[in-house]
Amino acid sequence: MNGYRKWCLVVSLLMCASQGAYAVVNVFTCEPEWAALAKEVGGDLVKTASATTGLQDVHHIEARPSLIARVRQADLLLCTGAGLEEGWLPVLQRRANNPRIQAGADGYMEAADYLRLLDRPTRIDRSEGDVHARGNPHIQLDPTNIPVIAQALAKRLQVLDSGHAARYQENLSDFLSRWQTALGRWERQARPLQGLPVVVHHNAWVYLINWLELDLVGTLEPKPGLPPTSTHLSQLLEQMERQPAKVIIRSPYQGARASEWLSERTGIPAIMLPTTVGGNEAATDLFGLFDDLVLQLLSVTQ
Amino acid sequence: MNRFYFLLVGVVLLAVPWFAVADDLAEIRHQIETLQKDYEQRIRALEERLEKAEAAAADAHQQAEAAEAAASEIAMAAATSSVQEKENTFNPAVTVVLQGSLNSYSRDPDDYALPGFQLGGEAGLAAEGLTLDETELMFSASVDQLFFGQTTIALHDDGDETEIEVEEAYIDALAMPAGTGLRFGRFYSDVGYLNRVHTHAWDFRDAPLVYRAMLGKQYADDGIQFSWLAPTDLYIRMGGETLRGDHFPAGEATDTLGNSQSLFIKLGGDVGSSHSWQAGLSQLWVDAVDRNSDGHAHGGSESTQDSFSGDSNLMIADFVWKWAPQGNPSYRNLTFQTELFYRDEDGRDDFTEDGDTAVLDYDGTQKGLYAQLVYQFMPQWRIGARYDWLSADNDLRVIDAGGLDPDEVLEESALNADGHDPYRWSLMADWSPSEFSRLRLQYNYDKSGTSVDNQWTLQYIMSLGSHGAHEF
Repeated sequence: MNGYRKWCLVVSLLMCASQGAYAVVNVFTCEPEWAALAKEVGGDLVKTASATTGLQDVHHIEARPSLIARVRQADLLLCTGAGLEEGWLPVLQRRANNPRIQAGADGYMEAADYLRLLDRPTRIDRSEGDVHARGNPHIQLDPTNIPVIAQALAKRLQVLDSGHAARYQENLSDFLSRWQTALGRWERQARPLQGLPVVVHHNAWVYLINWLELDLVGTLEPKPGLPPTSTHLSQLLEQMERQPAKVIIRSPYQGARASEWLSERTGIPAIMLPTTVGGNEAATDLFGLFDDLVLQLLSVTQ
Repeated sequence: MNRFYFLLVGVVLLAVPWFAVADDLAEIRHQIETLQKDYEQRIRALEERLEKAEAAAADAHQQAEAAEAAASEIAMAAATSSVQEKENTFNPAVTVVLQGSLNSYSRDPDDYALPGFQLGGEAGLAAEGLTLDETELMFSASVDQLFFGQTTIALHDDGDETEIEVEEAYIDALAMPAGTGLRFGRFYSDVGYLNRVHTHAWDFRDAPLVYRAMLGKQYADDGIQFSWLAPTDLYIRMGGETLRGDHFPAGEATDTLGNSQSLFIKLGGDVGSSHSWQAGLSQLWVDAVDRNSDGHAHGGSESTQDSFSGDSNLMIADFVWKWAPQGNPSYRNLTFQTELFYRDEDGRDDFTEDGDTAVLDYDGTQKGLYAQLVYQFMPQWRIGARYDWLSADNDLRVIDAGGLDPDEVLEESALNADGHDPYRWSLMADWSPSEFSRLRLQYNYDKSGTSVDNQWTLQYIMSLGSHGAHEF
């Protein structure tokens, strides 16, 4: 019993020693695209880090102790939302002992709240695979969505760090004008891609397909989130004989086997596209991501 | 002693609303300041905008257009995402976990015992044949801006009757300052690694022998937990609990502030993007009063019973290492997990046989460990192996034979280790078509007793509804 009391004392002392103030706004994001965006809007006023890398499948992440430790220190937690992170984010929020970043607080923001999502399911049932009730959450792949989130993020940073509101506004204006220019360039370059028939591994590409007006022929997954089966692949192969595609697209974190199998049998190239910043060597920031997406797709059509 | 704890708990509980009020005041002050700053900044921003507009009218025009488009899009999104009000809008998240199995044992499961250990809680084996194991109902939701609540209600059969058990029913305080956390109600103690993990998330069908022997499968109790998470990139979490103490390894609750106290510290981190780990050290102090080996455990033969009163101190060291290439566990992953238990018990054992009771002086130390490796070699498929070992060094002395034969008393007490160290090997393979379903085959080479028991299990675990995220 005496040992117990002594320990209690040690713990309380350690707690008192830990209080401190943050010099910059600590932004922790669920995905790298939002960390990149926070860097654009926040500049040197923020410190950014992402829970996941461009090579990870955001649906399936372990709620690791290292992530809880990061969320504990965050002033702003920025995630995609719409159920994309539901397998791990709730654990981080509940275990982090940090009231600043709980749902409803100023320090928690879901990008999907500011957009109208595509692919809203008409039937919500687990037999349909990994469906998200609010719609497809892979919103970062439409570059016209980015300014909307950038504005909302700047507003949020101005609330959290009101002393620097004007600088966030400046950063935002600067980013928006650079983005507008780049968007014009991508849309000009991508004109030949209109109507390009594609097959994708997971339906993570809906926003890109919608933006570039590509034509989705089919998915390698029989149902969202379920691994490709041989039955489904042979059905898809049959369908592609009637309805040929030009390219098979997968993300860096998805196994190559299924798309290479289909590529061998159809003679159509299978390519790996980054879904976010850090997804490959070219995608070093948001601009690099879309530069590379347009470039790689164009190389298929030539 | 008691007064000290009363004071401590009182202060902690009273602190919660205080922080809320302080928060409110700070909030109002903060809002006024924000408003003031906001106006100043808006004027400044407007001035700057005017200057810029004059300088580069064309550029500003373009930006304004983009901003306007974005604003109209936000408005549109807000309009479409407005939540439809229904009467069940505020219903808690509900999960139902269905579990069942087909079990085969080469020895009679009713004779199951671990020599040297008094079994309690739910330490026994599952029934032979086809059986419904445990049906769990879980509800969770935010109570309000300050509290979060969760409860797990388990239904399981005991003979001909269905037992309803409140496994956990706890409240978490949400507005605690400085990285502290407060939980109260009934909950799984944070000692060890596996203790707080629900059985449906375990990698094997049954509890490690150390848990069976020293925690009655899993230790949940009524009480208060206080914890603190360090503001460092290295995960450092420490805390303590004071618990009522009427679940195994405690007996009956006699102390107002609980017969059971614990302290724990956990560290964790990543090594590169493919490896992560967690290590913990915890201690549980129990003042046991009349701790019986109860009906669930079937420890020893049916006509004898051990009842322990005294100090029971348990120390646990745990370590978990997980590997997933690039941090993507869905294709391949590997988990190594081990825990070491060391327990010191000192007190009195009342041994009862056919209504006669002998009193024994009991001073024992027990230790044990388990280590397991689970490998997911392709999506949906895993295999695993586990080794368990226990050892008891108990000193028993008959003080009052109470009409029984002293030699026989020593012979038949569950605390008599008989020079045997229980051990077990387990192998399992499971298939999870999705995160919500799992089918598992497991084999145990169980040498808990002096002769080998070959145990086979085919098990299913199915989750319905809003299945919560799993912890590390």
